Amino acid sequence: MAKRSSSPVAAPAMRKRDTFSAGLLVENPVLRQMLGLCPMLAVSTAVLNGVGMGIATTFVLTCSGIAVSLLRNVIPSSVRIPAFITIIASFVTLVMMAVEAYLPALDEALGIYLPLIVVNCIVLGRAEVFASKHSPGQAAIDGLGMGLGFTGALVVMSAIRELLGAGTLLGVQVLPDFVEPMLVMVTPAGGFAVLGFLIALSVWFEQRSARPAIGDASPADFKAESALEDASESPCASCPMGCQNTGKEA
Amino acid sequence: MAEYAAILFSMILVNNFVLVKFLGICPFLGVSKRLDSAAGMGAAVTLVMVLATMVAWPTQQVLNAWGLEYLQTIAFIIVIATLVQLLEMVLKRFLPPLYDSLGVYLPLITTNCAVLGVAILSIDEGYSYLEALVAALGAGLGFLLAMVLFSGVRRRVEEAEPPQVFRGMPITLVAAAIVALSFMGFSGVVDHLFGV
Repeated sequence: MAKRSSSPVAAPAMRKRDTFSAGLLVENPVLRQMLGLCPMLAVSTAVLNGVGMGIATTFVLTCSGIAVSLLRNVIPSSVRIPAFITIIASFVTLVMMAVEAYLPALDEALGIYLPLIVVNCIVLGRAEVFASKHSPGQAAIDGLGMGLGFTGALVVMSAIRELLGAGTLLGVQVLPDFVEPMLVMVTPAGGFAVLGFLIALSVWFEQRSARPAIGDASPADFKAESALEDASESPCASCPMGCQNTGKEA
Repeated sequence: MAEYAAILFSMILVNNFVLVKFLGICPFLGVSKRLDSAAGMGAAVTLVMVLATMVAWPTQQVLNAWGLEYLQTIAFIIVIATLVQLLEMVLKRFLPPLYDSLGVYLPLITTNCAVLGVAILSIDEGYSYLEALVAALGAGLGFLLAMVLFSGVRRRVEEAEPPQVFRGMPITLVAAAIVALSFMGFSGVVDHLFGV
């Protein structure tokens, strides 16, 4: 509940800089809100893939945010989710065509996860929670902030996995030869473990700085638990539909 | 026959959608707290995956015929969203008992990357219609298996007392890592069994 209350309620008073920095750190979509975990885990085996995925997602987030915001008074609320998804899918198609044409190697590496930006929880989540209630300018800044927050987390995670798993960074050998790379880091198991430790680390930092997040004063450890609690109440933390449509336990 | 069995079992074990391909992580982490909801979500996803592939594969053929392959993403997501909506209405009207057990999960499935993922994957792999349906069934059963197994692990994790910063999501992810590690043992098994 903590995570949802902060942005929409405090919105009018929120300055542009706050909107931007919220996505980067305090409300980081991955580490704080537990959104977009699928691409985060899947493409973080090499830094270059992480950067590519991050930029593609940021582009889609920003553009779809602007489009949703411009159309927010035109789209009837009963069909807004399909409308948002169609808008998002259009921008994803643009990104796919561009990547296919100019960066075929990246297209090969990201594979199926590139079209799956459509169902990235972060994109639909921001369209529903933020862009559909704010001006295009605000929505663009929010999309940019959230996108860069996602990219940042993705780059940090893929750097850790590439360094430990292959001994390289951006394809360049970094660790000396006698250090045996830990292959498990580039396997799926390593992905889950590294993300677990990163989230724990972000909780630890927040506890140490002991600074209340925007809009609520709950301590960090409580927030991490409540995010999980939320996730189990409304099955997909991501899904703006689920929380409203399913009153029943799920 | 052997190639269908190979596709089915490699989708369930070797290429498990959740633990190897990282598709459908949100419901995997969100709904796995209790066995009954984990099994319900798994069954609903399996059903929708097979139905979605049933519709998406012919859709792709239509797009191919008109030279509109680039519309794949938009077309699939609209087809799947419509399908889930229809399924919900049909179940509600004609099969109320099934709706009561699966209905709550249906709206969540539209934006589940596993469903769109299986539809796109079978096109990318160049599967025939029947192969695509078998792959979808395997992907769904694999998802169900991962959900049910993990809900068991999850119960133990809930009772444990990890360091404070690890409470909640971090320790759940570490537990998922260990479950994923065990699934790595399956790689190669299917190839040897069916000699494909």
